[in-house]
Amino acid sequence: MLENHLLQIAYLIGSVTFIIGLKMLSKPESARKGNMVAAVGMFIAIFATIFLYQTEDGSHLKNYLWIFGGIAIGTVLGTFSAKKVKMTDMPQMVSLFNGMGGACAAIISIIEMQHYLHNHSGESLLNLQVITIILGMLIGSVSFMGSMIAYGKLDGKIKDRSLPGQKFITVGLLLGLLAFTVVFLLQDPAQAPTFMYILLACAALYGVVFVMPIGGADMPVVISLLNSFTGVAAACGGFLYNNSVMLTGGILVGAAGTLLTILMCNAMNRSLANVVFGAFGGGNAAAISGGAEGGTIKEITVSDSAINMSYSKKVIIVPGYGLAVAQAQHTCHELEKQLEEKGVEVKYAIHPVAGRMPGHMNVLLAEADVSYDKLLEMDAANDEFDTTDIVLILGANDVVNPAAKNNPASPIYGMPILEVERAKNIIVNKRSMNKGYAGIENELFFSNKTRMLFGDAKSVLQQLVTEVKAN
Amino acid sequence: MEILQFFSDNMNMVYIVILSIFLGIEVIEKVPSVLHTPLMSGANAIHGVVIIGSIIVMGQADNLLAIILGFLAVILGTLNVVGGFVVTDRMLEMFKKKKK
Repeated sequence: MLENHLLQIAYLIGSVTFIIGLKMLSKPESARKGNMVAAVGMFIAIFATIFLYQTEDGSHLKNYLWIFGGIAIGTVLGTFSAKKVKMTDMPQMVSLFNGMGGACAAIISIIEMQHYLHNHSGESLLNLQVITIILGMLIGSVSFMGSMIAYGKLDGKIKDRSLPGQKFITVGLLLGLLAFTVVFLLQDPAQAPTFMYILLACAALYGVVFVMPIGGADMPVVISLLNSFTGVAAACGGFLYNNSVMLTGGILVGAAGTLLTILMCNAMNRSLANVVFGAFGGGNAAAISGGAEGGTIKEITVSDSAINMSYSKKVIIVPGYGLAVAQAQHTCHELEKQLEEKGVEVKYAIHPVAGRMPGHMNVLLAEADVSYDKLLEMDAANDEFDTTDIVLILGANDVVNPAAKNNPASPIYGMPILEVERAKNIIVNKRSMNKGYAGIENELFFSNKTRMLFGDAKSVLQQLVTEVKAN
Repeated sequence: MEILQFFSDNMNMVYIVILSIFLGIEVIEKVPSVLHTPLMSGANAIHGVVIIGSIIVMGQADNLLAIILGFLAVILGTLNVVGGFVVTDRMLEMFKKKKK
């Protein structure tokens, strides 16, 4: 009895640390401590479960060797991969770990379902316990497969693919999945194991189809959404075991994740439904060709760029995914320092969805030791462009595309952008004239104010640093 | 009828769910966009709490299939928890350096 009391108190501590941890994570000065607080709470909850948990007949858990073996393997693998991953690959990593949680929830449901069938053989499946188990399984496996696909796409292993009529396939499959779940609950329990695996396969397939056509700027939204899915799957487990810490943790993340997802959609001025069913990457050919295509682009050499920047008063750098891919954040900081020595004011304009995750650019630049107060959020940056001599765009495209403001046919129409054309001059560094992730033409590149500086962001920046030094 | 019965039987749970939803929204609402990624990552680690379910399953497993699946679930859950917290810490470490 005492043990059970202790366990409940450990769970209470765990739940409270999650809340405090999340709260602290939302303020820069306390964020790191907040992460620690939540980790300590998790540690307490896990070990209290191992040693204090009692099954219904009052016996302790067994298989300690397996439990500790699994935890040891997971800890070593998790620490190793989390420490080794490059800062630019963070989004993939978060997606991968999220998938692991989803898979964990799905497996728990599979085992519990078998338990249930064993203990209640022949009884109807239409009850809340089975519904909870099945929900955990479905959400967990959608989250797992979805996260794996998101991981593959961010890592460049999987290309965006969108089938004709994708919208209907996604919706149809979802309806089919729900209908099949109802069939599962109503059917003869003797068939349940077979049906369960079919259901599992369908959910996994749905996870694939759901994420497959979504690309580019929408990826962060999907990861955040899948993150909240896993939260809900964990909460299903909490219901199943009457476990308060699982329930609090899961629901907290489910709610917070959903809100974060919506905040991200708002930043792009799009609805969640539009992101999920819109297939940003492909299709929409009419809208794409509707833009101001053609025109001539004007190139600029590295040394001209360097001279222009050295003799200007204010330069604003707009980082994008290109900077992340080239791992050029340190070189970028170096250029910033060189320019400042020449008396040039240098700032960064950060679009909320630049890169592949919200705050992606902030994390990268923070790694390179770029000072906080140099980073301008979108609205502040837009006001400053008026007094800016040169805007240097490093591998950003969609977030500076004027089509978002003036072409109602464009798929990104309505998304708030960095209004770089308000500055006197614009230098765009890109690897080639390829379209941005959203697959649409950018008329900014054809503007009279714009000069193109082709090349990999890192090598271009290195050359710029050398040239600026020499001036 | 069964639904009403369920609610009164599980009133604590229902309270936890509803209050947690509000809490989760409240906590996120004032976050600056700089912290979106670390926060998402931190939340990702927190839903790793699902590992507790896998421990409970593993600790009661009595057939081979349950042992194998349970073992796998414990590994995956640990990966989610440990990887999640470590990645978040790495991101935030960089933010800290900035404050000189």
